[in-house]
Amino acid sequence: MVKWLATAIGSATIAVAVVAAAEPPVGAVSCSGCHPSSSRVTSPVPRLAGRDKAELAKALQDFRSGARPGTVMDRIAKGFTDEEIQAIAAWYAAQQP
Amino acid sequence: MSLGRRAFLRSALGATASAALLPVTARAQAAPPKVIVVGGGFAGASCARALRVVDPHIAVTLVEPSTTFTACPFSNGVIAGLRELSAQQFTYDHVAAAGITLARTTATAVDAPARTVTLADGARLPYDRLVLAPGIDIRWGALAGYDEAAATPMPHAWKAGEQTLLLRRQLEAMADGGLVVISAPANPFRCPPGPYERASLIAHYLKTRKPRSKLIVLDAKDTFSKQKLFQQAWTELYPNLLEWVPLSKGGAVTSVEPATRTLVTDFGRHKAAVASVIPPQKAGHIAEVAGVADRTGWCPIDPATFESKLQPSIHVIGDAAIAGAMPKSAFAANSQAKTCAAAVAQLLAGTPPPVPKLINTCYSLVAPDYGISVAGVYRPTNGQLADIPGAGGVSPSEAPRSARAQEATYAEAWFRTITAEVFG
Repeated sequence: MVKWLATAIGSATIAVAVVAAAEPPVGAVSCSGCHPSSSRVTSPVPRLAGRDKAELAKALQDFRSGARPGTVMDRIAKGFTDEEIQAIAAWYAAQQP
Repeated sequence: MSLGRRAFLRSALGATASAALLPVTARAQAAPPKVIVVGGGFAGASCARALRVVDPHIAVTLVEPSTTFTACPFSNGVIAGLRELSAQQFTYDHVAAAGITLARTTATAVDAPARTVTLADGARLPYDRLVLAPGIDIRWGALAGYDEAAATPMPHAWKAGEQTLLLRRQLEAMADGGLVVISAPANPFRCPPGPYERASLIAHYLKTRKPRSKLIVLDAKDTFSKQKLFQQAWTELYPNLLEWVPLSKGGAVTSVEPATRTLVTDFGRHKAAVASVIPPQKAGHIAEVAGVADRTGWCPIDPATFESKLQPSIHVIGDAAIAGAMPKSAFAANSQAKTCAAAVAQLLAGTPPPVPKLINTCYSLVAPDYGISVAGVYRPTNGQLADIPGAGGVSPSEAPRSARAQEATYAEAWFRTITAEVFG
């Protein structure tokens, strides 16, 4: 959180700060390769936008720990830290579904 | 803490709308930054669209001569008669509707110091940042005997389209009992598991339609992507039908004789009824022209921004880039494209881009209802994109057929999702 704020606040101009703040957190842009953002796509893979932040974070943590079985998410979640998981969950929770 | 962050996010996102008004005077004085993207595949089209999302102020031009994009992932299914080529094809209508200027022509030259791209019609377009996503070119002649003319009797089908249909027609025309030979190149090449998925799905076609036939894979390598899973499935599904010959057993093809569809190795000659030669490859031509390809034929890049290590203000993404541990896959291209777009926007704004993490997920079909996958998470390490230890890996080797069927379903869902994001 502190580091993230520092990135945004440390930016030189308003325009720059906006670009930095609207920027998805590390790793988040890759999710939409499998998780549909378009409502027109039929997929067994759940959409992420607008989902509850705590629910998203717990799913990622459980995939990472092995508490929740996955097909590929168990392998992918292991690449992210607690802080990154929280940031990704918060960002998707804030997106318009 | 989480509430605080969410509140901050909300205010930050809210600020985007109001800030669109705030810096108008400052921005109106400066022309919008110009970004040119060359190549309209998974990498280039993804990047063009992501740039418009990251900062709608950027003027984005996509240079792509084709009016239709034909996707490679799942094209092995077309070869095996499991789907039609039309299911692989997408227009650029939605790309244009996203506010991207389409230049429906070829880029013929890049002047890096002057920051201009020359198009086939002679027009010179200026840029602030250039993104090259040219995919691959075949290294004609790198395998003795395999020139452009040889691609008709021995299709590579490694760029989807007419070549895909040609290979399918040759399989359909083959009599039962024929010998099909696939040759796989040394690393690196587009779609590392692709030759083995192709072998699998052709084997499925032969097993169901022409069961007296045989398939041989001649390989210039001793190991390949998802190898254990493929070989396990081959033993189960295609015993006595599919034979894989590794480098150490004489699998390397040293020359081909297209007139007789013969593949020559140090150990013998294989005269095929149908042959698919997957030849050595390099970055698409414009990479060489722009001076961003090195002696290997591929493009060294900064792993955080995808900026060329050879030319400033030119970024290279997708199959053409040397992306370390990331494979040359459509998923990787899309992940790189979005990461690159964010970095380009930040560099244009004068902000140092953050250190990214990227993901790859890559499915292969061994049969229509039998899918396997490999996944990876990557970050810049010592100047390269490296695997994050402990993350990623392949599907479990011990799994019920229901799990393989589920992965086949996920594979198809992935194709629908990614093509909708990029072209929908």
